[in-house]
Amino acid sequence: MIAALAFYIFSAILIASALMVISARNPVHSVLFLILAFFNAAALFVLLGAEFLAMILVIVYVGAVAVLFLFVVMMLDVDFAELKKGALRYLPFGGLVGLVLAAELILVGGVWAFAPKAQQALASATPAHMSNTEALGRILYTDYVYYFQIAGLVLLVAMIGAIVLTLRRRPGVRRQSIARQNARDPAETMDVVDIKPGQGA
Amino acid sequence: MLLTHYFNTLGLPYNWAWTLSQVLVLGVCEFLALLGVAAVILLDRKIWAAVQMRRGPNVVGAFGLLQTIADAFKFLLKEVIIPAGANKVIFILAPLVTATLAFAGWAVIPFDNGWVVSNINVGILYLFAVSSLGVYGVIMAGWASNSKYAFLSALRAAAQMVSYEVSIGFVMITVLLFAGSLNLSDIVRAQAQQGWFAFTILFPMFVVFFVSTLAETQRPPFDLLEAESELVAGFFVEYSSTPFLLFFLGEYVSIMLLCALMSVLFLGGWLPPLQMWPFTLVPGVVWFFGKIMFLFFMIAMVKAFVPRYRYDQLMRLGWKVFLPLSLFWVVLSAGWILYFHGGAH
Repeated sequence: MIAALAFYIFSAILIASALMVISARNPVHSVLFLILAFFNAAALFVLLGAEFLAMILVIVYVGAVAVLFLFVVMMLDVDFAELKKGALRYLPFGGLVGLVLAAELILVGGVWAFAPKAQQALASATPAHMSNTEALGRILYTDYVYYFQIAGLVLLVAMIGAIVLTLRRRPGVRRQSIARQNARDPAETMDVVDIKPGQGA
Repeated sequence: MLLTHYFNTLGLPYNWAWTLSQVLVLGVCEFLALLGVAAVILLDRKIWAAVQMRRGPNVVGAFGLLQTIADAFKFLLKEVIIPAGANKVIFILAPLVTATLAFAGWAVIPFDNGWVVSNINVGILYLFAVSSLGVYGVIMAGWASNSKYAFLSALRAAAQMVSYEVSIGFVMITVLLFAGSLNLSDIVRAQAQQGWFAFTILFPMFVVFFVSTLAETQRPPFDLLEAESELVAGFFVEYSSTPFLLFFLGEYVSIMLLCALMSVLFLGGWLPPLQMWPFTLVPGVVWFFGKIMFLFFMIAMVKAFVPRYRYDQLMRLGWKVFLPLSLFWVVLSAGWILYFHGGAH
């Protein structure tokens, strides 16, 4: 009863905030609504009993990715009203993408009806005596360890790529080298000179 | 559980009785946390004053004990001023976000064996998520104020908090490797067998976590976002009255929360220092609060005698020192467990 109530509240807010993401006038408001949407999706995961996924969703998407989104949107001085003027032209294309996504989701949902055996696979996904974090870890680091490492490598390549693309060397920039600073001692950098009065150095 | 049973006998269905009792317990916890925060703010000011050979607040009440409460009432009774150019909704929302998130984290903190509002399996991830959300209060406040000082401060905050979260995450992983659980109570129980993690191979991680806590909560020496000599007061420069009070409250509650997390992860939570006669007489919750207060004392002392970092030094410390160190320690402790405990935990 409470779970059903919570489900309807969370999914209603999720859909409403997702709508606001694309319809809000101010881009910063859009990003904030996006965060609200992520948050409610995480709440739905919790209702499903997938608490690990829920927390990871909040940590990765809300805690890191959306912060950078917000960062960029706030920094950019783009006239979004100007940008949005022609947005209606893309409505057919956007509608098509949405339609394909919706159809795929319906297909995924339909699989449970068409293939009753799939339902059993779902029911036995998490062993009864362990939490789903443990169950995920057990399957990820044993059966799928190569796929896991390939995914890690892909991310590493992407990270190196991002660094290489944005790295630029500017000549003549003075940098602070902490190790060199700490290694300096007065004996080699200072000269104590005894200057006679009236003669100068 | 007793409370749930009591409501159940009153004729409420079990679900509702459970929800109601959870809400009540949570309310009592938050009230205690508020009182604790009032005490801690005074403590902070007193310690700071003592280091500088001043007396600190000593007028309101005996030893200035009522100073914080007087301040709170002062803020509550003042007029709320919203700048004309501000984005009103977000301007009001920002302090609410900060304060709510700071309180939300306490739900999973185990005060004693079994004394926890919500004993969830992913407690530590929940705390990590809540503390990483804290940055939104700051960014929203800085942006909605429509002031360049507040905005600069918000940008600094975003970069700083995201940077230090990375090393906090890795430090948590080293602890998890030894504890073998994401549940905070289980982490404390693991320390009953293996000794407090601060006194094992994880000691350097305790130091990293402590310094990252300072950066995460914007305490000096990492308080660049409220550097008063350059940014006036940082992201809350436009705030007055109750919204300001909420920021102030949220800041101290989240400091206490991270102190509590530190004592759970590294100082054995509710465990006494030695499992023997005179120590075991004291209830666990007293040990727990003692540890929180000890950590808070250290944080207050750091404020008193460490000069503020420069921004590039702050970033260097986060990315070039803490990140590689904590990453190396993850590998090291995984190897340690595999070698000495045969990988079974």
